[in-house]
Amino acid sequence: MNKILEKEHFSANVVRLEVEAPLIARSRRPGHFVIVIPDEKGERIPLTIADSNIERGSITLVIQAIGESTKKICSLEPGEYLHDVVGPLGQATKIANVGTVVCCGGGVGVAPLLPIIRAMKEAGNKVISVLAARTKDLIILEKQVAEYSDEVIIMTDDGSYGQKGLVTNGVEQVLMREPVGEVVTIGPAIMMKFVALLTKKYNVPTQCSLNTIMVDGTGMCGACRITVGGKVRFVCVDGPEFDAHQVDFDEMLMRLRAYN
Amino acid sequence: MCNLRDHTAMSSISPRDAEWRQELRDAMPAKERTAIPRAKMAMLDPEYRIHCNEEVNQGLSADQAHVEASRCLDCPDPQCVTGCPVNIDIPGFIKNIQRGDMAMAAAVLRNTSALPAVCGRVCPQERQCESKCIYNKMKKEPVAIGWLERFAADTERELAERPAPERLAPKGIKVAVAGSGPCSLSFAGDMAKRGYDVTVYEALHEIGGVLKYGIPEFRLPNSVVDAELDSLRDLGVKFVADTIVGKTLSYDDLMNEGYKAIFVASGAGLPRFMGIPGENFINILSSNEYLTRINLMHAGTPGFATPVPRGANVAVIGGGNTAMDSVRTALRMGAKKAMLVYRRSEEEMPARREEVLHAKEEGVEFMTLSNPVEYLADEKGHVRAMRVQRMELGEPDASGRRSPVPIEGAIDEIPVDVVIVSVGVSPNPLIPNSFNGLEVTKRGTIAVDEQLHASIPTIFAGGDIVRGGATVILAMGDGRHAAASMDQYLQSISE
Repeated sequence: MNKILEKEHFSANVVRLEVEAPLIARSRRPGHFVIVIPDEKGERIPLTIADSNIERGSITLVIQAIGESTKKICSLEPGEYLHDVVGPLGQATKIANVGTVVCCGGGVGVAPLLPIIRAMKEAGNKVISVLAARTKDLIILEKQVAEYSDEVIIMTDDGSYGQKGLVTNGVEQVLMREPVGEVVTIGPAIMMKFVALLTKKYNVPTQCSLNTIMVDGTGMCGACRITVGGKVRFVCVDGPEFDAHQVDFDEMLMRLRAYN
Repeated sequence: MCNLRDHTAMSSISPRDAEWRQELRDAMPAKERTAIPRAKMAMLDPEYRIHCNEEVNQGLSADQAHVEASRCLDCPDPQCVTGCPVNIDIPGFIKNIQRGDMAMAAAVLRNTSALPAVCGRVCPQERQCESKCIYNKMKKEPVAIGWLERFAADTERELAERPAPERLAPKGIKVAVAGSGPCSLSFAGDMAKRGYDVTVYEALHEIGGVLKYGIPEFRLPNSVVDAELDSLRDLGVKFVADTIVGKTLSYDDLMNEGYKAIFVASGAGLPRFMGIPGENFINILSSNEYLTRINLMHAGTPGFATPVPRGANVAVIGGGNTAMDSVRTALRMGAKKAMLVYRRSEEEMPARREEVLHAKEEGVEFMTLSNPVEYLADEKGHVRAMRVQRMELGEPDASGRRSPVPIEGAIDEIPVDVVIVSVGVSPNPLIPNSFNGLEVTKRGTIAVDEQLHASIPTIFAGGDIVRGGATVILAMGDGRHAAASMDQYLQSISE
């Protein structure tokens, strides 16, 4: 049982939870995820760790209420408990100084992107962050992202904030304007697919972080399998980050609909 | 790989030369004993059992057990014991059943096995103890050792006063175990009896490993596993769920917490797929995933959130016990047609004979000498058919089994809604990858010497992470063996 210490609403459907998990707080690195079971009869769902606080013994999760389980998690209040939290799982993000890094996130994908932005900055990179959402209210963590970014570009589908357009429009502006060493993208699979197509055109190495269906999260079940560079890989143990240019996003998008 | 004989020959706690045993031997001539037919196990009716998850084998009655126990000749040099990977004193517990001392029967079992109620159900006795029984030489059916083991263990659970297991004084030395499957439990039991302070860490939210997520309720009820776990708790073993050794707790974390050695029995891990076209379509899943969703996560039980694919036509690929568990589970999940697709013939199937028989009784369709070569899907990516290559048996291969050869042009398209791939597992890379300097083999298993000692002095390993995929009882044998080795190691460094 893991206690909810703090809760903050980012928007109607997006919630930030600070959860007691001292061992995970101590051992996790940017890119790692946890498996959460909301209650006694709940399912196991993977959530990327957005932040941790070793002193408080806590990790931060940002959750969008989409299905039954995420709705349940978002409805929890401080003092209540998640039934199980296990991790940290997956491989940590590879952080290197490559000059300029573009970090682009869509929706709640910005939450797991934040620790990567911070690590990229600390590694000496020039960091340009592109945050995208449907509308102004769904842009999250802008202030925190700005703190570790040399530049922040905001994109909204409806033009209610920042520039009107998709995340790819924002990324392309940068690619056209200056040399970029690497792009990191986290968000909906369809968004990452189009970011990958764009950066391939510009020949810029691109890392994506995938969020597939999982059960155990430790390599045992194979529910998360995807094709990367023609080979079957398990997101839970081989990922969650992969070379976006090698990922078969169409297959992944199909597999995400397995239980819909 | 490892010779268990040397380590596990413990002196019997119920010796053969006891007066009562001599009396039992004298009470009935051998001829009379051997004339008694082997007991018949009561089973649930196939029609009934495929609509529920209740245990198929109902166990022997007390009368049946008494009669079956009297069949045992109490041989002076019992070969059955040599067939048991954990060297259970088989005549010792059977004769105690015969004289009605159930507490002693259970104590004899517990002396060498941490999980007798489990072994009595899932061990392949027909290839181990029972295959060595003297009755085979007389062309008679062997003593039903497995069923008697189950009887003794089940009866023990119902005894009002359970005898306290023998245990050495606490040594105050902490050891950690990674994983809580049969290998770990066997290790933990032995180490606790030797006086060590044992903590078992499990990555999943339930303790028991494959006994919980893998083996279905109809073959091994969870309540049986839980009772065995309670016995280990009585011995002082501590269990911690949701904790991944190598991830949640690093090697250094464990050493800083004062553990003097670590036993790694993290299991087989990665499911294998065949690498054929269409294998990633929706509703094609590994047996590990299928069984975990149902057994561990209770998919299909009202109120539980985890989903599982269902369909009228379910194909399971493979011929092992896991394939048999999967196909029989599919029937219970409502499949109209449950097919077992195996590339060799039934004779070569590695599954237990009993499981094959039960599956047939329940209406599983055996599609042998058949191998899927491609899957086809509908426009949404849901699998709708498999293309199956028909095979014939050719020359024997390296394993001594006649190898299947494709019959040219013999490919059939068979409609399927769900496919469960059960063609084996590879070692889980999680721990090998997270311990610096831990030597692994080319196959990805942890490299160990004959004492199950890994390349890092404080680490021992056993079970599927060393063997790459075996049975519950072999894993348990490793657990006992590793306990003896680690005990020796810890004594040597404290001197």
